[in-house]
Amino acid sequence: MKPTDITDPNYFHKVVDCQWACPAHTPVPEYIRLIAQQRYSDAYMINWWSNVFPGVLGRTCDRPCEPACRRGRIEEEPVAICRLKRVAADNKDDVHARMPQPAAQKNGKRVALIGAGPASLTVARDLLPLGYAVTIYDADPFAGGMMRTQIPKFRLPENVLDEECNYILDLKPETKFGTRIESMKALLAEGYDAVFVGSGAPRGRELEIPGRKEASANIHIGIDWLSSVSFGHTTSIGKRVIVLGGGNTAMDCCRTSRRLGGDDVKVVVRSGFEEMKASPWEKDDAQREGIPIHNFLVPKEFTHKDGKLTGVIFEKVKAEYDAKGRRKLVNAGEPDVHMECDDVLVAVGQENAFPWIEKDAGLEFDEWHMPKVDDVTFQSTNPKVFFGGDAAFGPKNIIWAVAHGHEAALSIDLFCNGKDVKQRPAPHVTLTSQKMGIHDWSYDNDVSLDLRYKVPHAPNELTLRNVNMEVELGFTRELGFKEAMRCLNCDVETVFEKNLCIECDACVDICPVDCITFTPNDPEPVLRTHLTAPTNNPQTQDLYVSDELKTGRVLVKDEDVCLHCGLCAERCPTGAWDMKQFYLKTAKACDRAVGA
Amino acid sequence: MTYIAKPKFVHPGLKKNSVGFTHRDYEGRISTLCAGCGHDSISAALIETFFELDIQPHRVAKFSGIGCSSKTPDYFLGQSHGFNSVHGRMPSVLTGANLANRDLIYIGVSGDGDSASIGLGQFAHCVRRGLNMTYICENNGVYGLTKGQFSATADKGSRSKTAVNNDQPIDLVGMALLLGATYVGRSFSGDKKQLVPLLKGAILHKGMAVIDIVSPCVQFNNSPQSTKSYDFVREHNDAVNRIDFIVPRAEIKADYEPGTITEVRQHDGSILRLNKLDPAYDPHDRSKAMAYLQERHAAGEVVTGLLYIEENADDLHHHLNTAKTPLNQLNEKALCPGSAKLAALNDEYR
Repeated sequence: MKPTDITDPNYFHKVVDCQWACPAHTPVPEYIRLIAQQRYSDAYMINWWSNVFPGVLGRTCDRPCEPACRRGRIEEEPVAICRLKRVAADNKDDVHARMPQPAAQKNGKRVALIGAGPASLTVARDLLPLGYAVTIYDADPFAGGMMRTQIPKFRLPENVLDEECNYILDLKPETKFGTRIESMKALLAEGYDAVFVGSGAPRGRELEIPGRKEASANIHIGIDWLSSVSFGHTTSIGKRVIVLGGGNTAMDCCRTSRRLGGDDVKVVVRSGFEEMKASPWEKDDAQREGIPIHNFLVPKEFTHKDGKLTGVIFEKVKAEYDAKGRRKLVNAGEPDVHMECDDVLVAVGQENAFPWIEKDAGLEFDEWHMPKVDDVTFQSTNPKVFFGGDAAFGPKNIIWAVAHGHEAALSIDLFCNGKDVKQRPAPHVTLTSQKMGIHDWSYDNDVSLDLRYKVPHAPNELTLRNVNMEVELGFTRELGFKEAMRCLNCDVETVFEKNLCIECDACVDICPVDCITFTPNDPEPVLRTHLTAPTNNPQTQDLYVSDELKTGRVLVKDEDVCLHCGLCAERCPTGAWDMKQFYLKTAKACDRAVGA
Repeated sequence: MTYIAKPKFVHPGLKKNSVGFTHRDYEGRISTLCAGCGHDSISAALIETFFELDIQPHRVAKFSGIGCSSKTPDYFLGQSHGFNSVHGRMPSVLTGANLANRDLIYIGVSGDGDSASIGLGQFAHCVRRGLNMTYICENNGVYGLTKGQFSATADKGSRSKTAVNNDQPIDLVGMALLLGATYVGRSFSGDKKQLVPLLKGAILHKGMAVIDIVSPCVQFNNSPQSTKSYDFVREHNDAVNRIDFIVPRAEIKADYEPGTITEVRQHDGSILRLNKLDPAYDPHDRSKAMAYLQERHAAGEVVTGLLYIEENADDLHHHLNTAKTPLNQLNEKALCPGSAKLAALNDEYR
């Protein structure tokens, strides 16, 4: 193998599994260390610059970082990264003074943002400090988008959302809330320099089976119903409720039902329990509230009597796999099941919908009637029009919307300055030694053996009575500290200087997870077989390979399960190993204005 | 040294040996020696050796005297028996333990100061008695604990950071050969591929095994003009052979050129397969081995490998005709067979 080029920002970035997996590339280990040091405001601001909604995401994020967490490869569970983010948000001081100020001077460019959800608000945050005149449109009367309308308040209290929306509204965009955009052509005719579409995936998928029309008074589309609850239009539901669907919306629907009068609430899913789309912790939360989840049942018919819904008939199915391992649900050969109920909530998916974009507005559409959008620049085929969030590539989650927003803002800024949107600015990267003394590092390298801590919950007796009462209490400072100590500091990298190495084997002998090998060089597949302990994981991590050493061998370090404990560097007599912090901040449009 | 304990987490794919241990189970406490000390590599080699030999740690007793080397039994086989004796007196204490319980596996870890200076007499007599043990000398040519004065094994003309040695060295390998050790080898802490099989053979050898391991002192004796430095040993290493250690039932793969392999079957049936790097070298000839060592030493080279082996060696217990049952397990009935037996015994001497 060729020697590893550690000057490539991607090399060490990939070693920081959580940051690499995060769509917004939040520098996770750095803010976790700050939490451990009780520097909550600093931890919050690192998050805020990167993911804009730390308080919201600390409660609702889909946490792509956690399955990636190295800790999950070493012991049972990853670090509770998401809930640590909440610790920073909950315990910070007043951070208003640390927020960017509205631009002193406008730059003369006008940008329209459609929708006031996480994607649009991110674009606004990134563009406003630069002096753009930003106008935000939303059909609803408030900012927040799906964070407000679809996430129940018992998961995300209103004050948390308001606070984080207000940090952006304080930058003084023009807001046209309660205004639905009906025509792209009309909007473009208003002469905006750029338009960003962040209108989400607002249409809940229908379930067209017999009885749908006849019983429609008691059959509700999940996201519309949640929105109606959120705005206080719906305050009750029948005693017996069936929720159809296995995603996170279904979990929110059933838990909300439990709080609005549903005593007998159940979730029914087509697939098996394991394959449900809902995050495992959301399923846990539903079950903890006494909501059973029935699986392998396909809805066949809504039953009704005198125009009133009486229940749902389900076909029992089982999973069969073909030779290629693809799953098919086939009739299980058992009689159909009839479940009685008063109301049904349909949460079987949602779709983008752009009835307001005319065919001749200068945007090309793909075979699924969705606008064509570049997945790096987020530009449509009309160079003035950009997309992001669920509106770009279908339903994902908040952190993706934020990531899209940052990239779209960069593109809009480049576009408005007459530059090529494909020339993306490089990330800001530093690599700094953490050595303070012979065995003294500026990070705590003593690896905690603690298992993952559980976030305390308020008791069901209280939470099930009030649709606005937050269920999760969040980590206390003390629990937050202990959980923070579980972080392995994967951003503190083992950096090898081959000219200093005397090949004494000290690092090989001390490494607790056998990730260092000195061996003759070979192509990667062969080299991997020479390793002291070859990985069982499907090559999530690269090999760090040195140039040829005095004995003709090379150093090979498998990054896969390195604990970043620094013992190799402590045992190295010549300082050939050093522990250096790799800090990566993605480039953002606002960097110019805020001096980042 | 390091301030933190080695994390308990292990590689998720870590292998277990046939007695159910991972190599991490053969570790001891974290070393307090200087970073890069050759002794730590030897500890790691011992960990690998016992792990691969499937030896349960409680079957091993480790002994040492005083010095950097003699601290190391604390850093490996944390679940074994051990005794840290006074300076140079490890062989006596080990002899006593060996006589009391012949069933344990005995290793003595010593250094050049502990063996070639204060303990030279002890070394000599334990070798000539032929204890069933593995005597390891972690040889760095200096007294590390007292800031690097030359020891008795330092070569004449060897330079440390601040001084030149003008005294003649004591060669412990030469002495071991002279005094009748039945398994004699030399190796280098920086070459585990050679060292581990050599240790395995020594541990299974039923008799006196002496292994001299050049183990650079990074702090005081790793200068370019030192004959005990990493660079010097790598450049002047005359390895006469390499061992592939083979257990009895293992499949023997013949992928060597004919004439380059010698197989040695030990008492327990284990086979040492010697890959002869020097075709003329015969590890069964004691006097030639001694001559060869002298000759190469004069030429400034460090001879390594298995230098001498006597397959059917016997040990002190054989010489003394002691009971097969370890003495510490003999009960009162066996030890006091009654007045009739005593009378018969007394009659023999009348």
